Amino acid sequence: MIRRFNMFNLTSLTFGLAFLYLPLLLVVIYSFNDSRLVTVWGGFSTKWYGIVLNNDAYLEAAWITLRIAFVSATLATVLGTLSAVAMVRAGSFPGRTLFSGMIFAPLVMPEVVTGLSLLLLFVAIGLDRGFWTITIAHATFAMCYASVVISSRLASFDRSLEDAALDLGCTPFSAFRQVTLPVIAPAVISAWLLSFTLSLDDLVIATFTSGPGSTTLPMKLYSSVRLGVSPEINALSTMLIGIVTAGVITASLVNRRQERRRQQDHRAAAAAA
Amino acid sequence: MRTPRKLLILTPYLWLGLFFLVPFLIVIKIALSDSVTASPPYAPAFSLDDGLAGLRASFAALDFENFLWLAEDGIYLKAYLNSVKVAAIATLLTLLIGYPVAYAMAKAPRDWRKTLLLLVILPFWTSFLIRIYAWIGILKNEGFLNLALMKLGIIDQPLAIMHTELAVYIGIVYSYLPFMILPLYASLERIDGKLLEAAEDLGCSAFAAFRQITLPLSLPGVVAGCFLVFIPAIGEFVIPDLLGGSGTLMIGKTLWLEFFSNRDWGVAAAVAIVLLTILIVPIVLFQRHQQKHQEELG
Repeated sequence: MIRRFNMFNLTSLTFGLAFLYLPLLLVVIYSFNDSRLVTVWGGFSTKWYGIVLNNDAYLEAAWITLRIAFVSATLATVLGTLSAVAMVRAGSFPGRTLFSGMIFAPLVMPEVVTGLSLLLLFVAIGLDRGFWTITIAHATFAMCYASVVISSRLASFDRSLEDAALDLGCTPFSAFRQVTLPVIAPAVISAWLLSFTLSLDDLVIATFTSGPGSTTLPMKLYSSVRLGVSPEINALSTMLIGIVTAGVITASLVNRRQERRRQQDHRAAAAAA
Repeated sequence: MRTPRKLLILTPYLWLGLFFLVPFLIVIKIALSDSVTASPPYAPAFSLDDGLAGLRASFAALDFENFLWLAEDGIYLKAYLNSVKVAAIATLLTLLIGYPVAYAMAKAPRDWRKTLLLLVILPFWTSFLIRIYAWIGILKNEGFLNLALMKLGIIDQPLAIMHTELAVYIGIVYSYLPFMILPLYASLERIDGKLLEAAEDLGCSAFAAFRQITLPLSLPGVVAGCFLVFIPAIGEFVIPDLLGGSGTLMIGKTLWLEFFSNRDWGVAAAVAIVLLTILIVPIVLFQRHQQKHQEELG
């Protein structure tokens, strides 16, 4: 077992991580730059944050984006759980191949194609574009990711526990709720978080399916970025980076604690046996 | 079938049918329709208003106008070929950069690995747009890279990287690096250290042991990582749009422009169909590879 890093590996890791983090670090550092010139340091200042937080257009876009992400992630998680249970537990049913194809295809579908096809559907059925069309679009592609995440957990879970609950007189629904759901809960939570982030992050599909009055934050950001680098965008980006970093680190710490507790339970069970 | 089970399957089935399959059929229909100046800007190629006879007549009248247009105007073929080229080169670059990093992660002390994994995944959760935006500040003429190189006296004229194909490569490598590192790491970490010890005991040099043991055993990760980068890179829109110039033709950008700038829905839909046909080969290969790999592990 190797206990230390060797020189070559340490160099690769340093360069790799520097490559991943340096660009973001520059954005963060220069968001505190007093100067309007984005590459010349003019002293420390937080004024750009004030400007962003007082910009109603940004705030409104952020509020719409959060609402869409919340609703679409919830829809995607419910639909993803259902389809994961259908794929892993329901055995064979008519049209199973088509179903698994429809879950897999959106994962590899180029965003421009997904966006275009959904827009054409909304036009064809005469649905007004706005909050709900973006939400439906996001729920549809996120449910496929959610389904994959939940399926892998469900597949590794011992089916006999469910059978035991059924033998003891549970209805299938209460067996699912009382036995299956608690076991797959961590996967369901990660699926929700993944769907939420996918929705927050999406520019292409939202642009196709949005209507007047439903500009999301990535759309707003995109139109500002096209005009060039600015200290306001740096400040806005830094806030978003901060929120995501805090979220991911919290999630991973919670995950690690659960893992440790599970290992302790296993040890206790082994000792008792 | 019991009712709850039926409901359980039907809900996601109908949802995907309505919001994935039907839209896809509409894309095909509109790709076959003629473009007109109206709202919506196409004349439906077929409708059910005239019954079956009308449907048969419209099938006979199909002229594949939009597809012929794609074939005649060289710009689309160029965009397709260029997308494949850019995606392939970018995938190779991502592999060359990602492999040493994944290798070092797999060789790191055990307690470090989880943290390193988190460090690699973290930027992937950050907004895609922000990550691309960060590179504009670095690559542009008066950006950080040129500033640093000029201060160090390496160059005296700023390098024009922004709005070139090189900037697109950098953007793709940067954005998709975690997709490459994760499968590589997964296959490298699984390799039994005893094999390498045995090779060394038998007089293998470290490099020969790498070439004969580590590299072949990590191949499934290499293949998975390459597909995970290559497939989305072909249809990429944001990177060629923000980092590339007007000379960087890529098919995702072409579709976007056809739709939003030219408002030609028929051609946009036809571009989408051809794009999917190009993707089918790598996608099917990828799925086969994953299945085979799963069976080997199981």
